[in-house]
Amino acid sequence: MLRLEKRPNPSKFWQYGTPVVAVALTMIVGGILFAFMGKNPVEVIRTIFWDPIFGEFAFYLRGQLLVKAGPLILIAIGLSLGFRAGIWNIGAEGQYIMGAICGAAVGLAVYPTESRLIFPAMVIAGALGGWAWAMIPAILKTRFNTNEILVSLMLVYVAQTILAKASTGFLKNPEGMGFPGSRNFSSFPAAANPELIAGTGIHWGVIAAFLVAIVGWVILSRHIIGFQIKLSGQAPRAARFHGVNPSRLVVLCMGVSGGLAGLAGLFEVTGPAGQISIDFNVGYGFTAIIVAFLGRLNPIGIVFAGILMALTYVGGEMAATNLGLPAAAIQVFQGMLLFFLLGVDVLTNFRIRTAILGVK
Amino acid sequence: MTRETLLNIRGISKSYPGVKANEDVSFSIGVGEVHALLGENGAGKSTLVKMIYGLVKPDEGSMELRGKSYAPAEPSEARGLGVAMVFQHFSLFEALNVAENVALGMENPPPMRELAARIRAVSEEYGLPLDPARMVGDLSAGERQRVEIIRCLLQDPKLLIMDEPTSVLTPQEVEILFKTLRQLSAEGTAILYISHKLEEIRALCDGATILRRGKVVGTCVPRETTAREMAELMVGATLTPPERRATAKGEVVLGVTDLSAASPIPFGTSLKNIAFTVARGEVLGIAGVAGNGQDELLLALSGELRTGADRIRINGHAAGDLGPSERRKAGLVAAPEDRYGHGAAPDMSLVENALLTGAIRRNLTRNGFIDWAATRAFADEIIQTYDVRTPGNHVAARALSGGNLQKFLIGRELDQSPQVIVINQPTWGVDAAAAAAIRQAILNRAAEGAGVVVISQDLDELLEIADNFAVLNEGRLTRPRTVEGLTIDEIGLMMGGAHGMEVAHHAEA
Repeated sequence: MLRLEKRPNPSKFWQYGTPVVAVALTMIVGGILFAFMGKNPVEVIRTIFWDPIFGEFAFYLRGQLLVKAGPLILIAIGLSLGFRAGIWNIGAEGQYIMGAICGAAVGLAVYPTESRLIFPAMVIAGALGGWAWAMIPAILKTRFNTNEILVSLMLVYVAQTILAKASTGFLKNPEGMGFPGSRNFSSFPAAANPELIAGTGIHWGVIAAFLVAIVGWVILSRHIIGFQIKLSGQAPRAARFHGVNPSRLVVLCMGVSGGLAGLAGLFEVTGPAGQISIDFNVGYGFTAIIVAFLGRLNPIGIVFAGILMALTYVGGEMAATNLGLPAAAIQVFQGMLLFFLLGVDVLTNFRIRTAILGVK
Repeated sequence: MTRETLLNIRGISKSYPGVKANEDVSFSIGVGEVHALLGENGAGKSTLVKMIYGLVKPDEGSMELRGKSYAPAEPSEARGLGVAMVFQHFSLFEALNVAENVALGMENPPPMRELAARIRAVSEEYGLPLDPARMVGDLSAGERQRVEIIRCLLQDPKLLIMDEPTSVLTPQEVEILFKTLRQLSAEGTAILYISHKLEEIRALCDGATILRRGKVVGTCVPRETTAREMAELMVGATLTPPERRATAKGEVVLGVTDLSAASPIPFGTSLKNIAFTVARGEVLGIAGVAGNGQDELLLALSGELRTGADRIRINGHAAGDLGPSERRKAGLVAAPEDRYGHGAAPDMSLVENALLTGAIRRNLTRNGFIDWAATRAFADEIIQTYDVRTPGNHVAARALSGGNLQKFLIGRELDQSPQVIVINQPTWGVDAAAAAAIRQAILNRAAEGAGVVVISQDLDELLEIADNFAVLNEGRLTRPRTVEGLTIDEIGLMMGGAHGMEVAHHAEA
């Protein structure tokens, strides 16, 4: 018989060990899944984890890595603050879309004016768009005690509808021959977010992600706000005793995560995506939830987790095209990572004891 | 007195990682005997009765019930064999009525109407009047305990285990309970009575087994043993009562006038027109049975529950609308009753817990950035000054025993040079030596000029340290009066007497 026993102190080893074990378990079980689908598991795993960095097309794929990791990191760090405080913003995807739409709208409104101020204005508009979208569940929660998980999630679908309307309606390219989608920002230099160093995939969004990671780390480890966030998540009554105003914290955490998701959307639409289109979002807002947990809700951990998750994206696409694996299988693979992470996580606070029935 | 043996326990041991909760414990209980299990907190009483009730399995040793081997795998098996238990913390649903709560604890509950009739019959038979249709949320702590007792009595137990039953009762209610227990004992039900209140045990019990650090250190017949002898067996040392220095009372540092507030706690007690003042150097003791507004009063004083600005004055300044941080700035520190989760964050280290309330008065932040070196030094200072037994300041608060954590948390508040100190249940669940140290520390701060409010359910404690005494009953506070010359009977009446329960043993309800 196996049973769990609470540890007196959380285990330091498992705190850092769980992500590694979770990745290993994902590879093993994912491999079994791929084998059942009639693929060579070793080849699939190698395609996903090895080829993007060291394989034949690595020179191109390595750049893709940061392109994918940037928005994931940016969103995940915002989410991690709320998650630590027990505030569950599940709707980063919606905030990401709204940030992209708002930011893009500002740029497209002044097309084809050329000014150095346009891009910064778009960045601010993007952040505000995401922030405003996140304020809806935040205010409903603080005023009417609604569940922010449901409200923020449902607002994703509203945002997707607005995105469809934007790309076929109010932001549609007037010179686009009737095709859905906005003007392409690559032909509008004042509003574009180009690759800054050729071949690396680094654009302003990636730089923002790394800056935010550093700021996030400082806030969580050194600033009283970070302490209050952690305290609210671990012991809400103790947080009130300390002097935290729970409503203000909800507004703060939702606002920050929404704003960062909006930023990620803006950087994506002006850079790698290039335009507002119906399917411009690729689920970064949802994947960032996995990234946040995989990174232990720790900004530095999230940077690594973001890169790892980007690897499964890039490698997954490779596997899909080269080995004919369905996209859903890759999503299952990514989901497995979160599943195993949360499962193995139990070992941080509990240990497994074996007990023989009767003798014990 | 020779009785037939009901339960015989031989050489029971139980270990948890790092602690031996019980080691080679043996004793026996006769049919109809009221047997006390006496010991400080952490002496292993709870673990022992959990093994008897089938919640925990012993590592070694054996038990016999009426001569037959007894090893319950789970509580339902124990109940089936006639062993029932009333826990210290009730497991009742406040939003359900009495009969529904009783039904939830039964294997095969009879139809509600029949059950209600049986509850009425049993409650009248044993002098514990209880209306089966009443909502548990509306009952006093004493009445809730009756629900638990009646739940047990419906199973017609042969052995009734009671864990610290009087901690929630007024002195008058204790008398009623004792009458019921004596009646049960006369009918042949054995009672295993767990307590650390010595006078009660002397009044009620036929025999006593004394535990210290998991081992049996003595047995006695309580009626023939003095409380002092039992206390010394229990603690293993002689105790010195705290030292009081008479201090001149200064100006008022905390003034509360006409404070009313709805409770933020579900089924809590709202505060009604509370008024008192505390002067520099004064200790005001506030007694009362649990659930009469103690938690709410602490929240209102600490700033977690805000009221009109002029309802609370700290050093003469209106503070009723300030939050906890601003009140600390004004000189008031508070220590809530619940240590794991309210006073401390259980999963955080002692350093982080030192920061929890120390940040403001100890200047542990600069422009919002935490000075971790200063915070660590503050934690170490508390650990040293208050003799907190811990491997270091990095351990999680939950790893400390209740008494050690309480020393840390009280020390954290007292070491902030406060002008006003509010403490709810300073020594609840703390062993005698630590409790004495905590009381002494509180008195020392008062002697240095702080005004202190101690809310406690332990009357002996309040009489020992308080200058003035008031009682919180159903959210109202009696007018504070000096402790000198107060008798236990007077206090009991201030506490609301028996809450109208005394009729029970005189006439039919």
